[in-house]
Amino acid sequence: MIAPADNAPARILTDEMIAQIEALAPHYPNRRALTLPALHIVNAELRHVPLQAVAEIAAVLGLAPAEVQDTLTFYQFFHQDRPHGKVRAFVCRSISCALRGGDHLLEQLCHKNGIDPYGTTPDGELTIEPAECLGACDFAPCILANDDLLKNMTPETAEAELKKPRARAT
Amino acid sequence: MQSFTPVLLEAAGIPDGQTIASYKSRGGYAPLERLLAEKQPVDVVEMVKASGLRGRGGAGFSTGLKWTFLPKDHPGPIYLCINADESEPGTFNNRILMEDDPHQVIEGIILSAFATRASTAYIYLRFEYPRSWHRLQAAIDEAYAAGYLGNNIRGSGFSLDIYLHRGAAAYICGEETGLIESLEGKRAWPRIKPPFPAIEGLFRKPTVVNNIETMACVAQIARRGVDWFRSIGVPADPNNPRDPGSYGPKLYCLSGHVERPGCYEMPLGITARQLIDECGGGVWKGRKAKAVIPGGISMGLMTESELDTPLDFAGPGKVGCLGLGTAAVVVIDETVSIVDFLHNSCRFFAHESCGQCTPCREGTSWSLRMLERIKAGKGRLRDLDLLAEIGNTMGMMPGSTICGLADGAAWPIKNAIKKFRGEFEDYIKRTNPHGWMVTDPVPALQIVGSH
Ligand SMILES: Cc1cc2nc3c(=O)[nH]c(=O)nc-3n(C[C@H](O)[C@H](O)[C@H](O)COP(=O)(O)O)c2cc1C
Ligand code: SF4
Ligand code: FES
Repeated sequence: MIAPADNAPARILTDEMIAQIEALAPHYPNRRALTLPALHIVNAELRHVPLQAVAEIAAVLGLAPAEVQDTLTFYQFFHQDRPHGKVRAFVCRSISCALRGGDHLLEQLCHKNGIDPYGTTPDGELTIEPAECLGACDFAPCILANDDLLKNMTPETAEAELKKPRARAT
Repeated sequence: MQSFTPVLLEAAGIPDGQTIASYKSRGGYAPLERLLAEKQPVDVVEMVKASGLRGRGGAGFSTGLKWTFLPKDHPGPIYLCINADESEPGTFNNRILMEDDPHQVIEGIILSAFATRASTAYIYLRFEYPRSWHRLQAAIDEAYAAGYLGNNIRGSGFSLDIYLHRGAAAYICGEETGLIESLEGKRAWPRIKPPFPAIEGLFRKPTVVNNIETMACVAQIARRGVDWFRSIGVPADPNNPRDPGSYGPKLYCLSGHVERPGCYEMPLGITARQLIDECGGGVWKGRKAKAVIPGGISMGLMTESELDTPLDFAGPGKVGCLGLGTAAVVVIDETVSIVDFLHNSCRFFAHESCGQCTPCREGTSWSLRMLERIKAGKGRLRDLDLLAEIGNTMGMMPGSTICGLADGAAWPIKNAIKKFRGEFEDYIKRTNPHGWMVTDPVPALQIVGSH
C-alpha cells in the first residue's frame, strides 16, 4: 500500500456521512440509486458539494466521478464553487406568487441585501435564489428558507424573517 | 352547489390528525386489515377498476386499468413509485394530504402495492416539502411499529417496505419516466415509450407510477366502497364511448387573485365560477377575472366567459384547454397584462425543459426570448405569428417529443395568442410605436437556460 503523500488533500466525506449513505444502501437494489441521497447528505453538512466530494462519493458508490458529476449538474441544486449561505432562501417566482408580488419581493430582497439572484451575502449568512412554484400557492407570495415556509411575505416581513437564525435544512 | 362533506380532507383541522391513533379513530387501516385477510390482489384491482378512479397526477388515466398492464405471473420484483414531485405551478394538494393525513396516503399505498404485487414502494418527494418529509417519515415509522409495513403484514403473507426518496428541485422529475431515471441516480431525462413503465420501469423492472391523491382515493374507496365513489362526480357521457366519466371527490387548489386561496374538496364537475365564488369568496378586491388557469399552468387559459365550464376530466377540453390537469385553478384579474402572464409561463418552461428534444428545448427558449423582447418594448406584430406557430406545433404531434412537457409549454402560448390576440397587438403597438410593423430578423436577447 502506498502511504498518502503529505500534500494529499484531506478527505472531505466524514465517517458519519459515509455511514449515513451506507444506512440507505439496503433501500435500493444497486448503488447508483444512492447518488441523490448521497449528494443531499453531503450538501446538508457542507452547504455545497465540491468536486473532490463528488469524486469521493463516486468512490463510495463504485461509480465514475463523471457519473455523479453528470447527475449533480443536471439538477442545478447543489452549489459547487462555494457554500450557499447559512440561510438559503428560495423565493417563488411562478405564476400564483407573481400575481401577488413575487417578482417584486425577489427584486427588493436582492436589492436590500446587495446581491444578485443566486448570490450570497459577503458574510456568508444568506443566499437568495429564485425558485419555481414551491407548492404553497395558497400562501403566495412565499419563500422557503431552509426548512421553513415563510407565508404571505412582503419585502419588509421577509427581510425581518431572513435575518433570524434558522436550523440548517435537513 | 350541493353541500359536500370533505372525505380526503377529513383530517384537516383535527388536532394531531397526522397520527396513527387519529387515523384509526376515523376508521383508517380497518379496510386494509379486512382486505388483506379476505381478498386477493386481483379483487383490489377489480374494486379500483369498478370505482372508475382516474389518476389525479394530471393525465387522468384509469388507475385500475393501468395496474392490469403489469405482466401476469412476473417473478418480481415489481415496483410502486408514488409521485410526490408536485411541481406544476398552482398545485399543492399533495402537500396538504401528506402533511395533514399521511396515514391515509400510506394505507392507499399499501393497498395499491398489494394489488400490484409490489414489495417495495418509493415515494419520490420534491425537496421543497421538508414538512411533508418529516410527517411522512414519522407516519411510516408508526405504520411499521403497528405491523402495517414490513414482513408478513398482519399474518397475510404480504410484505412491503416504503422508502422516501427526495428530489432536487426539477419539475421534470414529475414526469413518470423522468422520475424513474432520477430515482436510479441519473439525470431526469424522460425515456422514450414504449416500453412503458408497467413492462420495463424502475431498475428495468415492471413499475407502476401513481400520484399521492390517487393513493388517498384508493384508501377511501376501500373504506367507503365503490358505490360511494361512483355516487360523486360526473357519470360517463353515453354519447361518447371514449369518456369513462369523472367519478369521486377532487382536491381543487385555488390561488392567485381570489379572496380565499386554498385547497377545496369538491365533487368532480364543479364549475370554475362556483369554485371561485363559493369556495374562494370571489375574485379579490371586487375585481373581475380576466383569465383563469383550469388545472395547472400547462393546461392553458379560460376566459371570463368560459368560467361556467365544469372542472371534470372532459370539461376544460371543451373550451380549448389541454384538460383538467392537476385541477389547480389560478385566477388572473383584469389588471394583469396578458404579456406578463405569458412571459411568466414561458420562463417557467424554458427553465424546466430537460433539453433532450429539439422542439422543446428550442421552442421553450425562443418563446421566452420573444416574450422578453416584447416586454422590453421591442415587439413586432410578426412575433405573434411565430409564437402562434410554436404554440400550435411544439409537442402537439404525439411522439414528436419524448414527454408531455413540450405540449404543456405550448398550451398557454396557444391559448393566450388565440384568446387575447387583440391585447398583445395593442401592447406591441403602444410600446413599440416605430418598430411594431418591421418584419426583418432581430437579434434575440440573451437568456440563461437551465437543466
Ligand atoms: C412534465 C410533466 C410533469 C409531471 N409532473 C407530475 C407531478 O409532479 N406529479 C404527478 O403525480 N404527476 C406528474 N406528471 C404525470 C406523471 O407522468 C404520471 O402520469 C402520473 O404520476 C401518474 O399518476 P396517476 O395515474 O395516479 O395520475 C407529470 C407529467 C409530465 C409530462
Ligand atoms: S419534451 Fe422537453 S422536457 Fe420532455 S423529454 Fe423532451 S426536451 Fe425533455
Ligand atoms: S406559484 Fe409560488 S408557491 Fe406556487
